[in-house]
Amino acid sequence: MSMRNIGIVYRKELTEALRDRRTLITTFIVPLLLFPLLSVGFGAVIAAMIGKAKEESPKIMIKGGEDSPNIVAGLKKMEKIQIVPLDPDWKNQIINKQVPVVVEIPRGFEQNLAEQKEQTVTIDDYEGDLKSEIAKGKIEKYFEDYRDTVVKERLAARNIPAVVLKPFEVKPQNVAPPEKSGGALFFGGFIAYIVVFLCLNGGMHPAMDLTAGEKERGTMETILSSPISRAHLVFGKFLLVLTTALATAGLSVISMGVSFAIANALHTKPIQEGDSGMSFHIGFGAALSVFIMAIPLAVLFASVLLTISSFAKSYKEAQSYIMPIMFLVIIPAIAAMIPGVELTPKLALIPILNVSLLCKELVIGTYHWNFIAIIFASTCVYAAAALFLAIKMFQREDVLFRT
Amino acid sequence: MIEARGLSKRFQDKKRGEIRAVDNVSFTCQPGKIYGLLGANGAGKTTTLRMLATILEPTDGTAIVCGHDVIEEPEKVRSCVGFLSTATALYPRLTAQEMVEYFGRLNGLDEAKLKKRIDELFNRLDMNDFRDRRCDKLSTGMKQKTSIARTLVHDPPVMIFDEPTLGLDIMTARNIIAFIRECRDRGKTVIFSTHIMSEVEKLCDIIGIIQSGKLLTEGTLAQLREKHGEQDLEEIFVKVVAPHYVTTEAN
Repeated sequence: MSMRNIGIVYRKELTEALRDRRTLITTFIVPLLLFPLLSVGFGAVIAAMIGKAKEESPKIMIKGGEDSPNIVAGLKKMEKIQIVPLDPDWKNQIINKQVPVVVEIPRGFEQNLAEQKEQTVTIDDYEGDLKSEIAKGKIEKYFEDYRDTVVKERLAARNIPAVVLKPFEVKPQNVAPPEKSGGALFFGGFIAYIVVFLCLNGGMHPAMDLTAGEKERGTMETILSSPISRAHLVFGKFLLVLTTALATAGLSVISMGVSFAIANALHTKPIQEGDSGMSFHIGFGAALSVFIMAIPLAVLFASVLLTISSFAKSYKEAQSYIMPIMFLVIIPAIAAMIPGVELTPKLALIPILNVSLLCKELVIGTYHWNFIAIIFASTCVYAAAALFLAIKMFQREDVLFRT
Repeated sequence: MIEARGLSKRFQDKKRGEIRAVDNVSFTCQPGKIYGLLGANGAGKTTTLRMLATILEPTDGTAIVCGHDVIEEPEKVRSCVGFLSTATALYPRLTAQEMVEYFGRLNGLDEAKLKKRIDELFNRLDMNDFRDRRCDKLSTGMKQKTSIARTLVHDPPVMIFDEPTLGLDIMTARNIIAFIRECRDRGKTVIFSTHIMSEVEKLCDIIGIIQSGKLLTEGTLAQLREKHGEQDLEEIFVKVVAPHYVTTEAN
């Protein structure tokens, strides 16, 4: 094994890669922009949208209620609510998002209330629409408060204490550390998915460029006429693809660490945070662990990408071969995000899924050393097998001179 | 020196089955001589030269290049060969100098020797004006000069040219022809494939005519004229190739 020759090929490939706009975009620009956009940018936009929707005074129509002036007056007195006259076409107005909700007050509502008869107030809404959900929430709260007042008055009239209706409270209490529970679990899976995806993405273009691209440009025959052995040539190319995959993964980890730290500092909660008030961050130890686990994965990706794209006779053909690989990678990475999917000895042997599940744990600071050892070793074995295959492909004339 | 001994190459084709691209070809090229391999398209010229340059491995037979067997010591063979064809392109994102340096290093030249050799080649080929220009920005003539410098950087004793003037304009083609002649004058062993008769007449000391993978005849131009009773090389070529060409078409 001549390290000198491998080094010569690697340096030359690196020089070319750093002059290639597509490589620079996928390796540096995408990971550096993706996380700030996701956390600070996208998070801030979502927060602003929700805030704006909450501040707005939704137009609300009331259906019925002519015989219940007090309840209607109460609705009209509500802050940040605008009562508009009922339109006969109110259903379509909701569907067309012109009106967020319509409140249907049953006939004789106040009379029925006085006579303690059962009745239902209906809130017609557009399920899933943010503005409709917010307006519905406001109306629901108004009626719930009103109902509580009525209940309290009825109990007081009968000299019954309020505790009769609520003999005890049921209160869940989270004992897991906040950074390891709730949204953090999803956050861990999401980060693992992004790192796996970007790791593949970072090596994709260089792998195709250094194999199918070379065939297309006619430089493959040039390099094959030099004294370098094909194994050394593949190693040099492989190291470059590995460099770009790892650079993308490394920059992703650094970028997400910095981005979430900035997002937390700016109090622009990331979108996954919800209303829990929990802040997300990725510590140096977790970031380093994720990066270390990404190394054998990057070796596997680099070898597989080189093997597949070396079979193609053009860059375009290589793209069509690589596309199914993307799905093969994305599916287990997404599967790792599904709540309840946890590491087991069997799952620890499934490539990509194992690293994704482990990264999910690492991000929240849980280290299962036995799984780490199994996953690191198995991924190294898969990576070595893929690299061996890549070298074999480069020794096949029917692959190198495929027309 | 090049000595081909019963070189053969078979390929498997899904539609046509086994194809004998080169069939038991033997010839010898001496230092200080140009051997011209003349043949129509698909005759087996490129496959023969690729086997000599160890880019392809022979199915049967072998060749000895500079005393090394192409099957046993392919890397040693490649280190004493300069291979140039229209298919050997340049790396677009490297400069002309980086391109030549890369191949110099791969051929084992140390940095001091490489620098001296590059300066010498760039002066000789008048390449100093574009040495730092990227290969994708070079004109055809500049690219051809860079390719020549790439093949010569390690000063190989054997030069293999596979249709080096194909698709080139007349001025660039003339430069290539002059360069091939210069290689012979410097005592290198030169093998050159083409289907252009005038190039063969101008350059070659020995001519081999190949068709359907078989070397049908060889000799100096004078010997071929005498042997086949024709003065014009094209007439000789047609006379030699025609029966086999019909066979190829029928196949």
